[in-house]
Amino acid sequence: MDWLYILMPIAGVKIFWPGLVILGVGVGIIGGFFGMGGAWMVTPGLNILGFPMAFAIGTDIAHMAGKSLISTLRHGKFGNVDYKLGVIMIVGTVGGFEVGAQMVMWLERMGSVEAVVRYIYLALLFLIAWMVFHDVNKRRQKEKAARAAGKEVDALATGIEWHKTLHKIKIPPMVNLEVAGIYCSAWLPIGVSFFTGWLAGILGIGGGLIRMPALIYLLGCPTHVAVGTDLFEVMISGLYGAASYTYKGRTELVAAIIMLCGASLGAQVGCVATKYIKGYGIRIAFGLAVVGCAVSIAMKLLGANVKELRVAMDVGSTWLVLGLVSGLSLYIFIKMVQGAKAELAAKKTA
Amino acid sequence: MKRIKLALFSLLLALTVPGFALAAGGGGAPIVLVADTRKLDGIMAWWANLYNESHLYFTILTVVLIPTIGVCFGIIADIIMHWIGLDLKSRDLAEH
Repeated sequence: MDWLYILMPIAGVKIFWPGLVILGVGVGIIGGFFGMGGAWMVTPGLNILGFPMAFAIGTDIAHMAGKSLISTLRHGKFGNVDYKLGVIMIVGTVGGFEVGAQMVMWLERMGSVEAVVRYIYLALLFLIAWMVFHDVNKRRQKEKAARAAGKEVDALATGIEWHKTLHKIKIPPMVNLEVAGIYCSAWLPIGVSFFTGWLAGILGIGGGLIRMPALIYLLGCPTHVAVGTDLFEVMISGLYGAASYTYKGRTELVAAIIMLCGASLGAQVGCVATKYIKGYGIRIAFGLAVVGCAVSIAMKLLGANVKELRVAMDVGSTWLVLGLVSGLSLYIFIKMVQGAKAELAAKKTA
Repeated sequence: MKRIKLALFSLLLALTVPGFALAAGGGGAPIVLVADTRKLDGIMAWWANLYNESHLYFTILTVVLIPTIGVCFGIIADIIMHWIGLDLKSRDLAEH
């Protein structure tokens, strides 16, 4: 079975290459569907396969850039990418990320960086999960109330409507974001992207996990446009990150290319699936992914703190992440196949 | 009231893991900064040598290769899906 292992020339470790393909396909599907890079799944996955942590991060970022490019092209063809919004947000994202990174340096000097980062991470994940499910719940309540009144709720209505309040800010210059269907002050997307960039800088992540819900709940983007526009941002930050990590010597190019082969196919499936799964379906699945991510981090931390539980928690959290990635990928894949079949059947009968 | 309770519960969940944060650092594996090219041949040896000689050239190669491979796969997938008969240019707006 030696042929199943490949020597990575830079990291100097032998890696089970089908594992790289499987991980690539999984994160490709999920990334293309949710509009995120998926570092929370891939970095631990690569680490489990045998990469040193620094190489796991660098390799993940390099493959993410390629995968996001494919997803952005596909979403662009669907009309899901608001390029104008994406470009405006880059300004805030870059500035915010730099401030966040400087704060990490400051916290490091204070000796409290680990604790602060972990607390923010966990609090943030729980907040996002709460936001998503609260939104779903409110939308159901609206549907219920409409049914009781003998009416039907507007198909485009949402549960949480914070964006409507934020759109009342009229500080010039005002921008018309045609694809997203938003007319607002340019300071709103800049402010939101600065905030999400700052959080990403502090947490040391790409930011898709935060930016996607922020685009929906704070800016009022339709879910599909939030997914596509976020992928456009991930692509740009991914390319910059890939260059930065590679220059520092922490990217295993062979592994990134193997993963990209799987991820490129998965990304297409994930993107096309957004055509067949309704916006609220995407939101619910996203909420579940966030909950799983938070629980796996809590389990890891618990294992690290309580020696007796270390092995059980490590194994448990690994299985949780892998199970979550497999389960979600399978769900998205099945929905995509069902949707494609229905579309082809409708075309035949037409 | 229900909303406040839910928010407090979410916050409490995050705060009921005190001290765990301190343990999150992890040991970290040793980082190899010079690739061992003795066991390699062909393109792998060329890659590893390029890495050892110049991180800058290796970075340029990576930044060029990754998007190129991505675009190639994207075009192949486009052709396959178009051949199957899927409409890849339009979608129905499902919600706001």
